[in-house]
Amino acid sequence: MTGETAPRYLPAGEAALVVEFGERIDEAINDRVVALDQAVTAAQLAGVVETVPTYRSLMIHFDPRRTSTSALIDAVRVLNPASVPRKPPRHRAIPVCYDPPFAEDLGEVASILGLTQQDIVALHCGALYRVYMYGFAPGFTFLGGLPDALAIPRRATPRPPVPPGSLLIAGGQALIASISMPTGWYQIGRTPVRVFDQTRDPMVLAGIGDTIRFERIDAADFVELSAQAPSRADG
Amino acid sequence: MDRAAFQTVALALGNDPKAAAIEISVGGLSLCAEEGALVVAFAGGDFDWRRDGRPLPPAARLTLRPGEVLSARAGRAGAWTYAGVAGGVDTPTEMGSRSTHVRSGIGGLDGRMLRAGDILPVGPGAAAGFATDAEIDAPWLDGRRDPIRVVLGPQDDYFTPAALAGFFETDFTLTQAADRMAYRFDGATIAHARGHDIVSDGVALGAIQIVGDRAPLVLMADRQPTGGYPKLGHVILADIGNLAQMRPGEICRFRRASLDEARAALREMDHAIMTTTARLRPLRREMTPAWLLANNLIDGVVKSPEER
Repeated sequence: MTGETAPRYLPAGEAALVVEFGERIDEAINDRVVALDQAVTAAQLAGVVETVPTYRSLMIHFDPRRTSTSALIDAVRVLNPASVPRKPPRHRAIPVCYDPPFAEDLGEVASILGLTQQDIVALHCGALYRVYMYGFAPGFTFLGGLPDALAIPRRATPRPPVPPGSLLIAGGQALIASISMPTGWYQIGRTPVRVFDQTRDPMVLAGIGDTIRFERIDAADFVELSAQAPSRADG
Repeated sequence: MDRAAFQTVALALGNDPKAAAIEISVGGLSLCAEEGALVVAFAGGDFDWRRDGRPLPPAARLTLRPGEVLSARAGRAGAWTYAGVAGGVDTPTEMGSRSTHVRSGIGGLDGRMLRAGDILPVGPGAAAGFATDAEIDAPWLDGRRDPIRVVLGPQDDYFTPAALAGFFETDFTLTQAADRMAYRFDGATIAHARGHDIVSDGVALGAIQIVGDRAPLVLMADRQPTGGYPKLGHVILADIGNLAQMRPGEICRFRRASLDEARAALREMDHAIMTTTARLRPLRREMTPAWLLANNLIDGVVKSPEER
């Protein structure tokens, strides 16, 4: 509210508007995205079809037959995101196995970063993460909070598909993969929890702005938890 | 992929605009009516549609009787065609939709492509009587080759002015890498003024992504909702269908348009599509030799007693 720069309003074609708060991965910027997303949803603006919050911008998809880019910008400008009661962030603890065969790229990451595998696990597992965005495929959970020591560039060529529930790192970001997809990131662990389930409420593990901690489990625990009906993380 | 064709089919059938239909690619499709006659309609591209092997126009509405086979094969042009049924395809909804997302296995019939042997349930209204089989005269589906119109942004400032000017003066060829997610084009490389990556941003339909210094990638119906590459501009909604109907090897150009032009073009297309029910012409059940000759389906005609 005070001292904040105004966002940029950028058309993305004639049926979508980008409200851009910054160009970096930053908690304060993401907070503003979340606040505006909640305000736009609460206001039920005419013609709005969907909102897509990302790290640093809110994309508003709209029906150009019912409203226009300029009318939507006007409607968004007069919203007061600070006045919308914010959903308090929640915390989730998610079980993760870092042992073979659930951490396919851990050795490769260790040699690239010049760290031991135990160091990597300790660093990844010891951090507190924040959910910044859902994107790429249903349920892919993009996190911030990865320790700087684990910053590894994306692969030059993608690796074969990672299994569902994979914990991925690249480019200073951490990611929980839901469905099996090829990727330019590195798999260093896996959770037995079902990351995305369209029959569950909520369908995803956590909301944007929520925090996540990983709890280490061993391979036997992984097998046992997978065999149960794991649909929620604790917390 | 071609929303105008999809809407044309819905209107021809008197269906709800959101009624589910079948999207058919150049792989083609054959179907028949189980249990009772169905009113079906199809439109999109210039596909080779036939009933029991006898040629039909590329857009039509007709009553399909049990035992008859309606088939679509790739024709002279077009990559996507749509087949609908009065009452709509009545598969269960997922997250409020009947659409299929194959990559995640969600929706449609078991979240996958249709296969031979599949049975599709039909909603109420299927047997509503339309007396005559009809050809749909739909010039808005003719697939004109005018330049594809593009609204600039949101990362047009990531490209040099010379690169942007070049983009609008280049012939682009559609590569084989063209599917529901994205269409990749070959042509001039587009120079970046700033970095090659952005922090992930939302991605709208028709976004023109420039990945590295390579030629454009246009993001289509199954695109990812977010992406980390600069977007030079967006193909306008009124032109997405035309672009989608291109086949690998075909060439197009892009031209710059304003938001106002984009909106006007969409209104114009909507108005044209609304005339569908007024543009139904009685369909002759048998194709005459003259019609077959005119459509290059036969090489010549021998004078016969039936000819007038």
